[in-house]
Amino acid sequence: MADDKSKAAAYWKANLRLITGCLIVWALVSYGCAILLRPLLAGIPVGGTDLGFWFAQQGSILAFIGLIFFYAWKMNRLDKKFGLGE
Amino acid sequence: MSQFAINVLFVGGSFAIYIGIAIWAKAGSTRDFYVAGGGVHPITNGMAIGADWMSAASFISMAGIIASAGYGASTFLMGWTGGYVLLALLLAPYLRKFGKFTVPEFIGDRFYSKSARMVAVICLIVASLTYVIGQMAGAGVAFSRFLEVDATTGLIIAAIVVFFYSVLGGMKGITYTQVAQYIVLIVAYTIPAVFISLELTDNPIPPLGLFSDHSASGEPLLAKLNEVVTALGFNEYTAMVDNKLNMVLFTLSLMIGTAGLPHVIMRFFTVPKVADARWSAGWALVFIGLLYLTAPAVASMARLNLVTTIYPDMAAQVENYEDAAANPIAYADRPDWIRTWEETGLISFDDKNDDGRIQLYNDAADFSDRGWQGNELEVSNDILVLANPEIANLPGWVVGLIAAGGLAAALSTAAGLLLAISSAISHDLIKGAINPKITEKGELRAARISMSVAIVVATYLGVNPPGFAAQVVALAFGIAAASLFPALMMGIFSKRINNKGAIAGMLSGLIFTLVYIFVYKGWFFIPDTNNLPDTEANWVLGISPLSIGAVGAILNFAVAYMVSSVTEEPPQEIQDLVESVRYPKGAGVAIDH
Repeated sequence: MADDKSKAAAYWKANLRLITGCLIVWALVSYGCAILLRPLLAGIPVGGTDLGFWFAQQGSILAFIGLIFFYAWKMNRLDKKFGLGE
Repeated sequence: MSQFAINVLFVGGSFAIYIGIAIWAKAGSTRDFYVAGGGVHPITNGMAIGADWMSAASFISMAGIIASAGYGASTFLMGWTGGYVLLALLLAPYLRKFGKFTVPEFIGDRFYSKSARMVAVICLIVASLTYVIGQMAGAGVAFSRFLEVDATTGLIIAAIVVFFYSVLGGMKGITYTQVAQYIVLIVAYTIPAVFISLELTDNPIPPLGLFSDHSASGEPLLAKLNEVVTALGFNEYTAMVDNKLNMVLFTLSLMIGTAGLPHVIMRFFTVPKVADARWSAGWALVFIGLLYLTAPAVASMARLNLVTTIYPDMAAQVENYEDAAANPIAYADRPDWIRTWEETGLISFDDKNDDGRIQLYNDAADFSDRGWQGNELEVSNDILVLANPEIANLPGWVVGLIAAGGLAAALSTAAGLLLAISSAISHDLIKGAINPKITEKGELRAARISMSVAIVVATYLGVNPPGFAAQVVALAFGIAAASLFPALMMGIFSKRINNKGAIAGMLSGLIFTLVYIFVYKGWFFIPDTNNLPDTEANWVLGISPLSIGAVGAILNFAVAYMVSSVTEEPPQEIQDLVESVRYPKGAGVAIDH
């Protein structure tokens, strides 16, 4: 029982770390590259405009899709590793 | 065959498919009705979420808004997709593990409080009802333009179809019709976009075409567009916005609001396993992304097409934009699609300087030296997508497809919202509070009756839209962001938040957000009751009423945390409940007890 408990705690901690990492990327591509950091990226040309515009209208959406699949894949491995899956 | 006959064929054919699916997927139990039996495959669910999510606003209006606002409208693109990351990481798997039927039910159980459940029910009904009126109105526009019936008749036809498949099939019928509706709407959206992209950039993939060279001028498409619009006094299409704080908060409000909208969350209760909830969020965003990656391409290309239709000299390489702008087309020579849309009132022309030509430019700019006395062509944002096939001279069947696609987008979202409303009434209000002893059969009947009532109310409000119908974004997303999302997230990620904290948090987030919206938009959206004009100069710190939901959410978190920390801990069984929600092991199908 105690073992189960510490295993569950470790699983939850690993999950929280993964969520934090993913949310940092989530914020970085949208609020960062597409809005606040856009002036810094203005020097990088993409198809007649700048990298920030690409992130705002295309890059962030692609990143979001990648993030969710990455998280789902990592969590499946965590579920298995800790024996907490279904 | 006439265009009218083609449109009737496409719309009628798609409706026949939806009704056929409804008969095949009739709901026999409350589990069928609320969660489609709980056995929906994650990819199927992802597609259904896509149709559920993409409304008349995404299909009809969004590209038009981007076309006129350019970079500034990226908020909608990021906000309405980024919310799925929050759903997949913070809510969907845990709510699926919890395994009940509705969003208020989780809030009521986790915060061991009927009042918390009722606050959630009210938030859900107001947000969903506002949203559904917009869908009905969107369906009305599509009907009146393509089927030559008036909007009221069109709405009633649409309501009967929705009634048939959602009352009969519940979530089960809605799920499989939404899959069909997704296919109809995505095909309808992308086909004209592919042809327009080919025509303008020689690239058949619209999202790539957006960043390719414009074939007629040899310049990059977006650079060409910037030159063309600035020659007419507009801001550059790709120009940075000044108010970055507001753009960040608006995007954040849309993301949190998306993740907190009950009709989307409910769809995650239909999959068999916790892992499937995560995968279906990913698939949902793939299917949504297909449209959301196409929309900005449609937007910029339609804007360029519109301007070069009016100023043909700007179409190819231009030496001097001043000269090219001096030669707009004569009103008598306008293309057929402008004539068709003038009849709907969505395009209007007013020859202010009596020269018989169409001057289209930014009214804020002064071009009196060119003899212009004001912008003469008003074009509604809502027509760009619907008129796309005609602008690109595509065959009649594409027009019919667009009509069916617009209706699919409106009806699929309406059905999801109506289900969220009816389950809140039959499951949370009737079974949860008024008559807990109701039999399963009785509850199923109650669910069907409340769904029918919701359809009648939504149709009535669609025909006679109240003041708040136009405020979907502020109201629905504000409420979902400021009240529902924080309560759900804290319910999962904190064991310490208790009933008092959650209720205080939800109410303060909600009231703060509503008051801020009402101060600028009018109390209960009654015209002329606003305390301050709704302009940037009057907003606190430059935060618009549309963006305030994110601030309300932060307030909700803070109040809930503070109240909980000075009151007692939640009882042990609630802490055990939170614990069990966090681990996928032992999730049965969504159950009712």
